[in-house]
Amino acid sequence: MTASDFTKTEGLSASPAEQREMLQRRLEIDRAARWPVGIFLGSSILWLVLGSLLALAASIKMHDPEFLANNPWLTFGRVRPAHLNVVAYGWLSTAGIGIGLWILSRLCGVAIEEYRSLALAALLWNVGNVVGTWGILRGDSTAVEWLEYPTYAAPFLLISFAFVTMTAFSIMRRRRPGHIYISQFYIMAGFIWLPALFFTAHGLLVLFPVQAPAQPPINWWYAHNVLGLWFTPIALGAVYYLIPKIIGKPIHSYYLSIIGFWSLAFFYAWNGMHHLIGGPYPAFLITASVVASVMMFIPVVTVAINHHFTMIGHFKDLKYSPTLRFVVFGAMSYTLVSFQGSLSAIRELNYITHFTHYTIAHAHLGAYAFASMVFFGAIYYIMPRLLEREWPSRGLIRMHFWGSAIGITIYFVMLSRGGLLQGIELNLKETPFMEIVEATIPYLKWRSVGGSLMTIGHLAFMVSFVWMVIDRRNRGSEPTLFANRKPGETKSAS
Amino acid sequence: MSNRFRFILIGSILTFASAFGGLVLLPVWGLGNFEQVPDPETGEMIPPLLTNQEQRGLQVYVKNGCIYCHSQQVHPERARTDLARGWGSRRTVAHDYMNQGRAQLGTMRTGPDLSNIGVRNPSLTWHLLHLYDPQTTSPGSIMPPFRFLFEEQEIGEAGPSPDALSIPAGFAPPEGREVVPTAEVLDLVAYLQSLRLSEYEVPEAAAARIESVIE
Repeated sequence: MTASDFTKTEGLSASPAEQREMLQRRLEIDRAARWPVGIFLGSSILWLVLGSLLALAASIKMHDPEFLANNPWLTFGRVRPAHLNVVAYGWLSTAGIGIGLWILSRLCGVAIEEYRSLALAALLWNVGNVVGTWGILRGDSTAVEWLEYPTYAAPFLLISFAFVTMTAFSIMRRRRPGHIYISQFYIMAGFIWLPALFFTAHGLLVLFPVQAPAQPPINWWYAHNVLGLWFTPIALGAVYYLIPKIIGKPIHSYYLSIIGFWSLAFFYAWNGMHHLIGGPYPAFLITASVVASVMMFIPVVTVAINHHFTMIGHFKDLKYSPTLRFVVFGAMSYTLVSFQGSLSAIRELNYITHFTHYTIAHAHLGAYAFASMVFFGAIYYIMPRLLEREWPSRGLIRMHFWGSAIGITIYFVMLSRGGLLQGIELNLKETPFMEIVEATIPYLKWRSVGGSLMTIGHLAFMVSFVWMVIDRRNRGSEPTLFANRKPGETKSAS
Repeated sequence: MSNRFRFILIGSILTFASAFGGLVLLPVWGLGNFEQVPDPETGEMIPPLLTNQEQRGLQVYVKNGCIYCHSQQVHPERARTDLARGWGSRRTVAHDYMNQGRAQLGTMRTGPDLSNIGVRNPSLTWHLLHLYDPQTTSPGSIMPPFRFLFEEQEIGEAGPSPDALSIPAGFAPPEGREVVPTAEVLDLVAYLQSLRLSEYEVPEAAAARIESVIE
């Protein structure tokens, strides 16, 4: 968005009549989105809480193997994939669909016409997740990492997502004339990539499996790209939308954002094989992904420049705006996790870090500290507009932020350290295996501490959300900020 | 302006397609059509097919998520210490996995690699005890017990069942009761005993042996 576009869409240079028309349009967009987007966002929070409980159970089991050990439904090898799928498809994807469609609808300046069928699709998506999670716990997990939902859950998800993608196309086709903003690039691409990825991978790995040696490359192409071509584009699209909206300033460079998009599209898609370094595969296949991983420096640096340079001069807004605080935390984590990812793909470092808890910590830096934190921020921004009512308690939002922020920091730092230790010792042939197991236990306990804090944050989030939906009392037109602005600071951040 | 939208669509599809070709189609063609070969010494076809029982065992392995802690791939010396730890006599190659049905290569080594557990530890009794409660055979392990794959029952009139596990004191059930393995756990152990991925002389084996020890 150029500076003049931004002034125009924000109505900064509009006449009073034009401003009224724009506000009216936004109201119509938000009212059409209320049910479908509301169902996606609301159910995503329930999945977040369930995913956190499964995560905690799995985490405790790793240092206390007798915990919930006698029920086959709750054995570690089922609870862990249930956690992963619940957070990947129940939390991140459900929230991602809602956030993506709402931003798309706002940026295109048109309401969602298909809101009835989309609300049904939202229900169907949730049915798919319930069936899939139940399937894993009862013993139908596929043990294909990131695709553990059994085949009978897949049609619900695919049909529902087909509706979502069709709705996105319909919004884009009807868009008001003018510029296409970078968030629209990212979100549309994500809505195309996810169904293509899921359909291909589930088909070739679970439904009609190819011969076993060909499965792991496809598995890791899929697993890495769910993050790279689905969570990442939606989250980056949201950051590109929210930061300028809240601080009232256009992004630093429009051209860089385009370079960032296309380099991400090309290089991220080729990631994944670095999970197979040392494994039984030809070197060129693995090298292709190592190279693509390192090339990810290009999109990451362009996005980092854009996000962080836009923020310069506005860091004081972090004191007030919950959305901004979550989103900026997420944007900074994106830079960090991407640099870390590029480095971990280099063979000599991968020999130490892969196959250890270090990789798990890295995955959480991406899926949680980046994607989830951005999604939290986006939900704090979107819900008051959907419901025409403000968040009920700044204390709960504060509890959510600090629970999540401190929790993931402990999680990442301690588990990375434990993982490095594990990797270094594994590569010393004199160290007996059991000694390594014992050495990691303190770090695994720290992981449970971090995870508990995150769960407390999520519970605060859920209470906040339910309270907001149930309590229809008018809480005034002022956004719920962390602190009241002093008179004279009039920016309408929320 | 609608051209620009088309540009995004076509671009996103093309970038996706390039990786699809390189990382999906190429593996399917190049790594998805292995065939059994006769063993140079015995003439038997290798790698062997899984028996029905071993296939059922693989299902038990899959549904209980053994993969989340145990890998099935032996790495060369220059990468990791797998050979020194006795996890295999050579690195594994793609051909070794052709009959595995669902590949369980894994990405985590909370527990040791299992590519050749059938060579390293062929004992049925050891595996049953270890699965019943890992502390009986590997004190300090953080592997969960799989007691739900066993049945605890009253010792009958005719005396203890011949299948009953002899469990060390401290882990044994109360007086007058015994623990017998279910069919599921026997299938699982049969599968584990069949895991000898580095042991077959597939055409790539000789090169893999050399490559395993190159620094």
